[in-house]
Amino acid sequence: MTDSKNLGKGSSITRREALAGGAIVLGAIATKPLSAAPTTSHSTVPKTVLDPLIERPGQLGTPRSRRDGPLKVKGGARYAAEHHLKDMTYAALVFSTIARGSISEIDSRDAETSPGVVLVMTHLNAPRMGAPEPFLATPTGASGSSHPVMQDAEVFWNGQPIAVVLAETQEQADRAARLIQITYQAKTSVTRFSEAKQLETVATFGGEKLQTVRGDADAALEAAPVKIDVSFSSPRHNHNQIEPHAVTVAWQGKTLRMYDCNQGLSLTAATIAKVFGIEPAQVHVSAEFVGGSFGGKTLWQYHIVAAAAAKLSGRPVRMNVTREGVFRMCGGRAPTEQRVALGADKDGRLKALIHTGFTPKIQQNAMTEPFIEATQRLYSSETARIEVRAAHMDMLSNTFMRAPGSAVGTYALETAMDELAEKLTIDPIELRLRNEPDVDPTNGKRFSQRGLVQAYQMGAERFGWIPRKGQRLGRREGEWLVGTGVASAYYPHYHFPGGAARVTITADGKLLVELAAHEQGVGAATTTAIIAAKRFGIDFEDVEVRYGDSLLPGSHPAGGSQQTASIGATILAANTAMIAELAKIAPQGTPWAGLSSTGLTTVRAGIALTERPSVHIGYKELLARAGLQAITIEADAATPTAAETWSMHSYGAVFCEARVNADTRELRVSRVTGVYDCGKILNAKTAASQFRGGIIMSLGLAMMEETQFDERTGRIINASMAEYHMPVHLDVPLIDVAWTDIPDPHAPTGARGVGEISMNGASAALANAVYDATGKRVRDLPITLDKLMV
Amino acid sequence: MELFTYERAHNPEAAVIAGAPSRAKFLGGGTNLVDLMREGIERPSALVDVTGLSQTIVETAEGGLLIGAAASNAAVAEHRLVRNRYPALSRAILAGASAQIRNMATVGGNILQRTRCRYFYDVNGARCNKRDPGQGCDAIGGFNRYHAVLGTSSHCIATHPSDMCIPLVAFDAIVHLAANGGSRSIKLAELHRDPGDTPQIETALDPGELITAIELPPLALARRSAYRKVRDRASYAFALISVAAALHVDDNRVTDVRLALGGVAHKPWRALIAERALVGQPATYDTFLAAARAELRAAQTQRDNAFKPELAARTIAAVLRTLAEEQA
Amino acid sequence: MPIIINGHDVAAPADPRVSLLDLLRERLDLTGTKKGCNQGACGACTVLIDGQRKLSCLSLAVQCDGHDITTIEAISEVDSLHPLQAAFIETDGFQCGYCTPGQIMSGIALRGEMQRGAPSHVTPRLEDVPEASNEEIRERMSGNICRCGANNGIIEAISSYVRGTL
Repeated sequence: MTDSKNLGKGSSITRREALAGGAIVLGAIATKPLSAAPTTSHSTVPKTVLDPLIERPGQLGTPRSRRDGPLKVKGGARYAAEHHLKDMTYAALVFSTIARGSISEIDSRDAETSPGVVLVMTHLNAPRMGAPEPFLATPTGASGSSHPVMQDAEVFWNGQPIAVVLAETQEQADRAARLIQITYQAKTSVTRFSEAKQLETVATFGGEKLQTVRGDADAALEAAPVKIDVSFSSPRHNHNQIEPHAVTVAWQGKTLRMYDCNQGLSLTAATIAKVFGIEPAQVHVSAEFVGGSFGGKTLWQYHIVAAAAAKLSGRPVRMNVTREGVFRMCGGRAPTEQRVALGADKDGRLKALIHTGFTPKIQQNAMTEPFIEATQRLYSSETARIEVRAAHMDMLSNTFMRAPGSAVGTYALETAMDELAEKLTIDPIELRLRNEPDVDPTNGKRFSQRGLVQAYQMGAERFGWIPRKGQRLGRREGEWLVGTGVASAYYPHYHFPGGAARVTITADGKLLVELAAHEQGVGAATTTAIIAAKRFGIDFEDVEVRYGDSLLPGSHPAGGSQQTASIGATILAANTAMIAELAKIAPQGTPWAGLSSTGLTTVRAGIALTERPSVHIGYKELLARAGLQAITIEADAATPTAAETWSMHSYGAVFCEARVNADTRELRVSRVTGVYDCGKILNAKTAASQFRGGIIMSLGLAMMEETQFDERTGRIINASMAEYHMPVHLDVPLIDVAWTDIPDPHAPTGARGVGEISMNGASAALANAVYDATGKRVRDLPITLDKLMV
Repeated sequence: MELFTYERAHNPEAAVIAGAPSRAKFLGGGTNLVDLMREGIERPSALVDVTGLSQTIVETAEGGLLIGAAASNAAVAEHRLVRNRYPALSRAILAGASAQIRNMATVGGNILQRTRCRYFYDVNGARCNKRDPGQGCDAIGGFNRYHAVLGTSSHCIATHPSDMCIPLVAFDAIVHLAANGGSRSIKLAELHRDPGDTPQIETALDPGELITAIELPPLALARRSAYRKVRDRASYAFALISVAAALHVDDNRVTDVRLALGGVAHKPWRALIAERALVGQPATYDTFLAAARAELRAAQTQRDNAFKPELAARTIAAVLRTLAEEQA
Repeated sequence: MPIIINGHDVAAPADPRVSLLDLLRERLDLTGTKKGCNQGACGACTVLIDGQRKLSCLSLAVQCDGHDITTIEAISEVDSLHPLQAAFIETDGFQCGYCTPGQIMSGIALRGEMQRGAPSHVTPRLEDVPEASNEEIRERMSGNICRCGANNGIIEAISSYVRGTL
């Protein structure tokens, strides 16, 4: 599985070219989801060559502590707002209080004369800037929306930044910002979902329609002997990373220097460059540590405001976005209204699968909450009608939040499946097994690797699942009603193009890997070192990884659970390139000299003949004999193509035990088991943490989370961590996680990604457990106690 | 935050002199006031730090307890005599906020904390009669899950967020006050008020008046007291409703009872209707529930809090049932 | 009187609006103490004031005059780890690391609270010395929110520390 045709040096150029060459293609969604029936001819499927790395014993999967652990536990890791620049000013933002209209007057006189104030910037004096390109709308877009930033008097949402104050201290800036008086001319706005739905359109996500139609699902539902037809709703959610968004900015000569919290460095640099009409290389963004991202640490207006204010004032700017400011300016998950209708024969085989619904978005982004993704893959059904319709509202940009779409989509689908199982008097796991597809139900492709059945088998044993046939097994323990539930998890395998890295072997035989990857808690440096050590046949301790800087090679967005896959493909390409270079420096006449990368392999801290591994020479000796201090290559990852041929997705089975207080109906979770099928697990320790983290956020989604959007004004009401509830330690039980660990034969290193799948499944498993305990189906999230009282 | 002067008071006399100017404020642990200042809701010109005043917890001559207003919430909850004699008070404090906040917050500050109504907090984006009298109330018709159902008015439906105050009103606590002109004592139950048409006036305190201590009268009944807080997550959240209760049962009949509710009103709500209905009645769940429902009969609910009267009634009945079982 | 921060005398800022948190982060470059919500709702800014865990975001720096402040930077030497810090690495009690210093400071103070027998909301009987059960530790740590969901590792590390089994 070596492919040299995409190798190239000077990766910063090839990377830009790669990005400019075509739209960002979402690996799994780039396929055509509209096919009416399975069509792929299996005879055309190329032969699979397993990545030899997967077969080698040792390092992959070994639990390893995070490399940045000592720094983080000592408080020594520096985040965006912790870089001090000389002559730095502090910024405070003013947000709009109307949903749509224009600013008719700004009175900033008191603010300008307030002590310590350096600058008041509004649309009246902001530099002229281009509109930022939204993520997925263009190949390099990174922005939450395409709204121009302080370029005119228009107001597009309640909470839009409309003025910024720079002052010598944060206290002075905050005080002055409160003195700015704004007068508005309000326009008619659409802030009610019910009103917005009147203006519906079919939605797209990643350039594809969010629609699958197979046969006549409505007729099949009508004719099915057993059916359910239920409606769901889910509210808005916010990421609530504990680190609020922040950036520290300075113009240094012709370079815009930004210390940021960011999960898409290269895209951010490219987008900001266009806004200011400069070259991408002139925007230097770094983010060595990011205090949580979950899809929300992308490019928002505050970046551009800070950079513009720094330009206008001629001074560096520290922009600490307040917690309220994060809620006003940085989007979250859109709400949904969903219908799931399932028709089955008496044996539980699905005849009709209908999953449709509405979600709001803004006109200025390319993001529609794709809540049908799991439904397109999980189960076979003779007919299907699966569709999302989006409605435009005047509101803060909706955006990507951990497991976009599927987090709330699986809630609906998987509680509906539970309901169907009950009606069929079939165990809910058995119902899933009876609808296990042979090929991808939406496009007919063969599964690259699918282990949902294994996940259920492992999970049922670990959890002690008691099969049921339509009856509730809930019991009473003292004042608590106790029940158990189960649900499937699903997440697509994404793999964005643009991965690149610079790799150096030094005279002491050590390896340096440099790439623009991100560390927002995933353990990227550790996992990269694990992959590189294995690939280059070197000790883990001898690999250094540098990341978190836009000047480093490659685009490795930490989204879609794909960064690790991207890094895996990049290290593979770098390995191939390095072998070629090493073959070149091998002395003439030695067995390795002039061989191609297919003839050589990297093992035992050196290269060896692929066919005769005992014919080996160490890196140290190679470099010494060539008289080199170091050898460096840059390589671009091969364009990901596996998903064009294979159905590549991750699956899981989640089990939950719920306790509902008999008097007050308070809901507590006492046990969870999650088993995931995500290909090969590269670091058992950090992967387990990712799984648990997603489960906890999914439980939060089920039990308590809601961004309260006041439809009268389009304003978010609970813009606070005190009133936006997320799980605290006492809400979180010990969580049992496991994985099938079956390598995906078509993913480099065999890994598909682990960051998001556990955000799915746990919420539905909990809801099903609540039903088992109480006999109540709650279809409107969150499952608060009042909904269990009626 | 507006600029202010800061000084520390070393005794109550100096505090009330420093606190006399109209825009002066007493500062306790800061857990509420500093936040309100940062939000632009409170704009004092002077802060008088009273955390150095009395933090002592001592037994009174009558056998009650006198708690200095500067005592931290944590110190009160942990105190042996409080745990033994007024367990509901310990429980209520421990159910409130977080360990860090309980270490900071003072007794005086807890009593005078202001509502967490989000419309009250949204200085620029929402109307609030409490913040700007006459402006209107956006909580009515908005998100009001946490809002009041008893004693509300068309001007305000905010709740008082304290846990600590709920058992205190149930136990007839007395508040000791000092002012430039002298000192006085009032019942805690008379300190907070219903919103009426002046929700901006939250207490019976005169301008510049300082809480110096809280006094718990001797109350044997309180030894068998409990506090139950119902909230949207397991910890670190304000109450949807809470119940402080003390009960004495003799020969399966209620001989004495104290009941107060949190999360239902603009003030800690003493449930006198239920108390009267219970005395002399059989100590059964049905009696408890009926009395609780009688207390909640006057409830007026909003869009999001229609569940509260029933939740309150069930919780009261459950707490009383537990207390009765412990005496059976 | 000065503020004593990690054993060093620091003059209170002239501007009384400055919080202890902003004094640490913006004026003393002690950025290990984190700002999560700046309103007492997350616990990321937890420090020890006279040995008690408190929130530096809601503490005015001027109020700390004469008081002893300990931050994450002072609980271990440059090249060593406090036992609880080492335990966090071992149990993987963090992901992004942003809430971590607050969790650790909170955990250190928690042990002292348990040792002196302070009860918590979930302590079964107020008159008993609380046991370091999983539920006790979870309740006592609930003022420190971890959004990454490293909760199990955090509680495991602190439980071991409180039980003295590190």
